[in-house]
Amino acid sequence: MSKNKSEYLINRKDNQYEVVIGLEVHAQVTSESKLFSTSSTKFGAEPNTQVSLVDAAFPGMLPVINEFCIKQAIKTGIGLKAKINNRSVFDRKNYFYADLPQGYQISQFKDPIVGEGKVILDMPEGQKEVGIERLHLEQDAGKSIHDLDPQNTFVDLNRSGVALMEIVSKPDLRSPDEVSVYIKKLRSIMRYLDTCDGNMQEGSLRADVNVSVRTKGSKEFGTRCEIKNVNSIKFMQMAIEYEANRQVDLIEEGKSIDQETRLFDTKKNETRSMRSKEDAHDYRYFPDPDLLPLEVSDEFINLLKTDIPELPDDKKKRFIEEFKLSSYEANILVSDIETAKYFEEVVTKMGKNKDIKLAVNWITGELFAVLNNKNLEISQSPISAKNLAILVNLIKNGTISGKIAKTVFELMMDGDQDPQKIVEEKGLKQQSDPKALEALIDKIINDNRDKAIEYKQGKEKLFGFFVGQAMKASGGKANPQLINEILKKKL
Amino acid sequence: MSDITKQSLSELVKNIKDKKLSSEEVTKAFINRSEKSKELNAYITEDYSSALEKAKKFDQKPNLQLKLPGIPMAVKDLFCTDSIRTTAGSKILNNFVPTYESTVTQNIWNEGAILLGKLNCDEFAMGSSNETSFFGNVQNPIDKNLVPGGSSGGSASAVAGQLTPITIGTDTGGSIRQPASFTGTVGLKPTYGSCSRYGIVAFASSLDQAGPMAQNVKDCALLQEVISTYDPKDSTSIDFKRNEYSKELSKNIKGKKIGIPKEYRVDGMPKEIEELWQKGIQYAKDCGAEILDISLPHTSYALPTYYIVAPAEASSNLARYDGVKYGFRAKGGENLTEMYEKTRSEGFGAEVQRRIMIGTYVLSSGYYDAYYLKAQKVRKLIKNDFDEAYKKVDAILTPSTPSSAFKIGEKKDDPVSMYLNDIFTVPVNLAGLPGISIPAGHDAKGYPLGLQIIGKAFDEQNILNIAYAMEEKINFKNKITDWWIK
Repeated sequence: MSKNKSEYLINRKDNQYEVVIGLEVHAQVTSESKLFSTSSTKFGAEPNTQVSLVDAAFPGMLPVINEFCIKQAIKTGIGLKAKINNRSVFDRKNYFYADLPQGYQISQFKDPIVGEGKVILDMPEGQKEVGIERLHLEQDAGKSIHDLDPQNTFVDLNRSGVALMEIVSKPDLRSPDEVSVYIKKLRSIMRYLDTCDGNMQEGSLRADVNVSVRTKGSKEFGTRCEIKNVNSIKFMQMAIEYEANRQVDLIEEGKSIDQETRLFDTKKNETRSMRSKEDAHDYRYFPDPDLLPLEVSDEFINLLKTDIPELPDDKKKRFIEEFKLSSYEANILVSDIETAKYFEEVVTKMGKNKDIKLAVNWITGELFAVLNNKNLEISQSPISAKNLAILVNLIKNGTISGKIAKTVFELMMDGDQDPQKIVEEKGLKQQSDPKALEALIDKIINDNRDKAIEYKQGKEKLFGFFVGQAMKASGGKANPQLINEILKKKL
Repeated sequence: MSDITKQSLSELVKNIKDKKLSSEEVTKAFINRSEKSKELNAYITEDYSSALEKAKKFDQKPNLQLKLPGIPMAVKDLFCTDSIRTTAGSKILNNFVPTYESTVTQNIWNEGAILLGKLNCDEFAMGSSNETSFFGNVQNPIDKNLVPGGSSGGSASAVAGQLTPITIGTDTGGSIRQPASFTGTVGLKPTYGSCSRYGIVAFASSLDQAGPMAQNVKDCALLQEVISTYDPKDSTSIDFKRNEYSKELSKNIKGKKIGIPKEYRVDGMPKEIEELWQKGIQYAKDCGAEILDISLPHTSYALPTYYIVAPAEASSNLARYDGVKYGFRAKGGENLTEMYEKTRSEGFGAEVQRRIMIGTYVLSSGYYDAYYLKAQKVRKLIKNDFDEAYKKVDAILTPSTPSSAFKIGEKKDDPVSMYLNDIFTVPVNLAGLPGISIPAGHDAKGYPLGLQIIGKAFDEQNILNIAYAMEEKINFKNKITDWWIK
């Protein structure tokens, strides 16, 4: 057994294997227009309606760098605490394919715009740092559609030329769980920066996954296989598990692993060979002579730095210090920028005398459950931050009990209603008048004499019975704390 | 009528401005002569009827403030022209009609000129004799069965044969200056970044440059003034202050320092070329220039460097001609790869295929460092040579070509001897400098020979001035016998 609970190892008869994973994440840059042309990047348009002469590689057409995409890449680099390179070069990656109109993809090879950086992962056993090797800009290709016609392939060039950031990690990841947390963290950072929407269904975020295995404790890397173009975290995890086990099996059988590119078949849940190292393309990279090297000054970079919002790591630190949240709670609240925004608005709206813990419990408990059920983003929440803040305050100041609050919460969802109003209209205010409660309790004790005697004789369990009776008699509105106090006195 | 086509651009502009000639008269004259000159095979696509229409329209409301008022002009078929077929001399673009206009031609039409048609050229501008064109070789008006040079062979032939008063070509390694030299005309390759490459079918992006081809230096200066603009659509276009070259043209070159590079005295250079060069030096001196010996030590590496860099870029630039989106697609491919192979084998000619293969080879892994990267380093050294030289001199004088025009077919099967044609022009492209070729004499066969003046970057005015001054002293007369007109 490993000391570390979350350590991911593959066990075979005599050996334990460690999995080494590196990711090349392709993140679509949030931008109105493409990397080298002015066509729109909007998702879901009719095929071939967002294609300029440049995107379709007509003779004599030339690429012109979209400055906004450059800024987005630099901001992302800053978010990854990475070195921004003052000089970077766009290269041509040459290969033939029907959905690659130029016959080459403009990418960055030797001199990327962003160099080494890091991402901090919050794992159950503590923090883990994952190194970023580089971030570079490149064009997306178009889309080949093979299943619309038995004979022909159709090509949609809407995506052709859309800006992608390829974020290459160091081989620092060791388990499917770490991969999941890493992808989520990257997405979180980019969404905070508004540089990539992270929408995996629309293909805005996909990854090539490099997997190798080695016996535990070994310092050498094994031969790696690259699993191309995986577009969900779940598939990445499944692909890694399958691939790592496949490689371990080969080693156990005394066979060697071929360095190759593989595909993950989501239906069969297995990876299979796409092309071997020998068949690998010779991309004949060379600097694109249509584009001069890209120079960005320190002033330009510093100006962008002033534009960087508080990022998840800093926000988490602040939440822990300022609001005395646990690391776990802070993580949940900062991972998605919209959640963080919602939480901070609740905090503001609660005013002076606030119970932040209570607010956190309501957000991560009741509210998240509702959003989950209805499959909504927090930005679409049926209950506004303002009204949730009022609800939490009503509990905090004793106007309603937590139990009643749940009823109020249900009612609030119908058109984001003001909880104060609901409480008043439905008469749900908590009974906190000690005299009235005393009278109520006297009656209950009177009606249940026998049980009161049993209690006094030591059957302490019966205390709950009396609380329940009191609550029932008050229609659930009695202040539970007062009930407790009075009961203890009277029994 | 024949008088009209003998007039220079400047004369035609003046006559139209003075209302002595209408655009229609001028346009008709050039169309008629072009019709009679089919044997030259200078045109790939004619656009005569719409040219006449445009001329008539111009005459109805002539804007005489323009620099090229109602002037008809044919252009090299490497410039994309809106709604007019643009082939780049290749079968693979045989049916290609752009929906857009190149910046350079747009600049020309904006100044009132009218398109006559598209001129023949080597396929994708790869060639020095216009023999690689899918549309057949071009005849040099100087003599029957003589190449006009290349790749702007149709352009040179059309200007020398007076089928167009002036034209534009493109120059990647000498494709304007060499044909100008072979046809007794003037051709300017501007500084890299002076003329936009937007809408020009690309050959080698880091070397390609459009430029004017004319009967004299003044016309050349006027057209350069029109076509050279900063263009944000071309990332390599340079935003510098451009002169009004024709207005600022001056024959006063007194005290200008002109360098004579000793490395251009190549082995086996014909005596006639050496003599021409000496004559040129004397002319320059007569104009008041000071002659200095200089050294450009890496000259001998220029040609091999060029034949790595240019094919490398071309192999990638021509990847887009794959039969998928536009242009020629071969029949019968069973799958995508077969379709590519058949389309590109049938669509490209032998020389283009040769260069694609050379380019693919020098960029491939394992060879990249030894060829492409090394060539880039040498290119830098060649540029440094010029930078050093220009600390001492204002311009450099060399022959334009190592020989006069040769016979059609003479070098067709000997690519290396063909490539040697560019030996004096190629270094200028590698260094991104401006160079102009002016006719300076005839060889024993009576064929024209040219001299090249190379300038500092962005110093077109200076080399135009030197050329203008020398042109007067040289007093060259082109011997055009109209042999092709029956």
